[in-house]
Amino acid sequence: MSVMEQDSAGAPARASLMNDPKARGIFYQLVLVVAVVALGYFIVSNTITNLERQNIASGWSFLENTAGFGTNQSLVPYSETSSYGRALYVGFLNTLLVAAIGVFFATLIGFIVGIARLSNNWVINRLAYCYVELVRNIPLLLQIFFWYFAVLRSIPGKREKWSIFDTFHLNIGGLRLPKPVWEIGSEWMGYALILGIIASFFVTRWARKRQEDTGQQFPVFWSGVGLIVGVPVITYFVTGMPMTLEHPNFVESGPILRQGFELNVGINVIPEFLALTAALSIYTASFIAEIVRAGIQAVSHGQTEAAHALGLRNGPTLRLVIIPQAMRVIIPPLTSQYLNLTKNSSLAVAIAYPDLVSMGGTVLNQTGQAIEIIGIWMAVYLSLSLITSAFMNWYNQRMALVER
Amino acid sequence: MATTDLFHIRTEEAPHMPAPISTTGVIGWMRQNLFSSISNTVLTIIGILIAYSLIEPLIQFALIDAVWTGQNREACLPQDGGHSGACWAYVKAYFPQFIYGRYPSEEVWRVDIVYALFLLLLVPLAIPNVPFKRLNAILFLIVFPVIAYFLLTGLVIGDLVVLPIVETAVWGGLLVTLVIAVTGIVASLPLGIALALGRRSKMPIIRTVSIVFIEFWRGVPLITVLFMSSVMLPLFLPEGVTFDKLLRVLIGVTLFSAAYMAEVVRGGLQAIPKGQYEGAMALGLRFWPMMYLIVLPQALKLVIPGIVNTFIGLFKDTTLVLIVGMFDLLGQIQSSFTDPTWSTPSTGHTGYLFAAMVFWCFCFGMSRYSIFMENKLHTGHKR
Repeated sequence: MSVMEQDSAGAPARASLMNDPKARGIFYQLVLVVAVVALGYFIVSNTITNLERQNIASGWSFLENTAGFGTNQSLVPYSETSSYGRALYVGFLNTLLVAAIGVFFATLIGFIVGIARLSNNWVINRLAYCYVELVRNIPLLLQIFFWYFAVLRSIPGKREKWSIFDTFHLNIGGLRLPKPVWEIGSEWMGYALILGIIASFFVTRWARKRQEDTGQQFPVFWSGVGLIVGVPVITYFVTGMPMTLEHPNFVESGPILRQGFELNVGINVIPEFLALTAALSIYTASFIAEIVRAGIQAVSHGQTEAAHALGLRNGPTLRLVIIPQAMRVIIPPLTSQYLNLTKNSSLAVAIAYPDLVSMGGTVLNQTGQAIEIIGIWMAVYLSLSLITSAFMNWYNQRMALVER
Repeated sequence: MATTDLFHIRTEEAPHMPAPISTTGVIGWMRQNLFSSISNTVLTIIGILIAYSLIEPLIQFALIDAVWTGQNREACLPQDGGHSGACWAYVKAYFPQFIYGRYPSEEVWRVDIVYALFLLLLVPLAIPNVPFKRLNAILFLIVFPVIAYFLLTGLVIGDLVVLPIVETAVWGGLLVTLVIAVTGIVASLPLGIALALGRRSKMPIIRTVSIVFIEFWRGVPLITVLFMSSVMLPLFLPEGVTFDKLLRVLIGVTLFSAAYMAEVVRGGLQAIPKGQYEGAMALGLRFWPMMYLIVLPQALKLVIPGIVNTFIGLFKDTTLVLIVGMFDLLGQIQSSFTDPTWSTPSTGHTGYLFAAMVFWCFCFGMSRYSIFMENKLHTGHKR
């Protein structure tokens, strides 16, 4: 009663501190901070005692020690005498390589299957449906095992091969490709390529401006292809063909143990890479297909009808009206699929493809520096995730609907 | 008189003509869907060829050339140089191991009871029209885990051995797969709800902590989480405190899936119209009663498909534990390949085919259920 009287007298209402939302908010947050700090202290102090007890020196100095183990795929020079840091770097590059190639093939297959899912042709439609439902309901690890242990075990052995166009050769040792050899003068082709890219960029800008001014179109795509591919090819012939292909050398005669592909001639894609890429791209493609299908279905049918009413054919309708609108729906989930693929590439460790986790695991076993190695893993994957999502957010903003 | 011949009034209905044969029935359907144009016809033929080239070897391997009975590898070896088919006899011989791992055979009835209880509680929970949902959910989420824990690990009160202890090291096969997946999803649900609420909170520190936690676990691959829980977790604990290996993996999996669960629940929370919050506040409800009575029941119902999808993902990801040396279904199958009694050229293929079939049946069934619930829950909340 007295409180009411105070209120009417104009004094501020004084609620109990417990009922004040602001005070309670501060209290809860303080509790959380104390809990997090306490947990952190508990973990850190325990870890320090445990490390001292087990005589493990923490710190990053181990990265400079000699690794002493080799690898069957490295994009940069690496040998057994290289350091642990170098080994992790090799693993990191291999992760990036398998992720990039996997993303490329997953997008390709995913878009084809996603569009096939919408086909009027019953056979194609069902085939795409079965692909999606079959592949995405089977664990990725099982698929990697299937490609590596079942499929790649049934191809020809070391002394035989399968060849396509006499250029690509496949046997149990992996896929052999011709290797380009750059001779003196080939740097001009590189300059020509850069020139072509810059020129096609300006042509695109000019063509867009011309279309806005006059309405006339310009074959941007084909002129771009001509500039980017054509200019280096012309340079190649003008400079006197400075690049040759080194074909893999298959020895068919002589002692049986010497038969097979000669070492270090041509490019050898190791079977672990083939199996991992196949499994990753086929698995991720099944998710991308569903995303593409949903994205295209999200564009209302009225858009197609309006485009047809304007006189556009089926191809331009899809290319100029449907796909640009569908991309807005497709891109955000597509990003997370790319991230998933990158993270899933860590399953490489199961078939000993030398990726970051696999190389790191070997280093971990040899040095016992568990905290540092796992820290590196997490930091690398986290930053890859954050960079990709930042890039995709930027792209998404550019593609977003501009409301006038 | 002459004009009447110029026109004719039909006095009875013209006879009904059947539709042209090319537009009806099987032929009409085929003309419309398979052979409507040249390019379509080409696509159809290519499609049929692809389907045939995939299905024919599979049927040949799994059914026609398959060996159904036998005592050891002799039965499954390729006969007189021909191709060998699937060795189902090996799957039959190993079946108990695939289901129970190396769980002692005289104690297997305990696992069976757990499986049966699980089904008995899950099926009525999953069917929308069955009553007593709340009681059922409490039984399934709180009572069942306790019973299952004691049934599976054993129960010793003082000196009295009610159920002999079974070390988790001998668990394996489908048992480990299900234990990890189900525990992971059930334990991550409350944590995920808390994180989702934290992420939508107006208090900056709580929100930041939730966001950092969620984004951290979503940004790292599960395999590094498993390595962390099996290698680093022992370092975090005081001297002398040791965890069972399965429990360590479970902790990692729970934290990992809690982050994904939080995002699913957040989606549900965002789908609830603001009027529901305002209505609850107008009734004088505080935060927790508002969440518990008004918002969460609606939001959680909406995200059942999302939860099922997270569960499917977790169920498939459970296979990763074989990398840290545990034997789930795939790990058990993989390790059975080393047995010389059944070592044949087709053992590996058969094992993978069996694993694929089991995982596929589980995952496909669950995804159908999730689609069914999605259609069922289209109650106009979505805007």
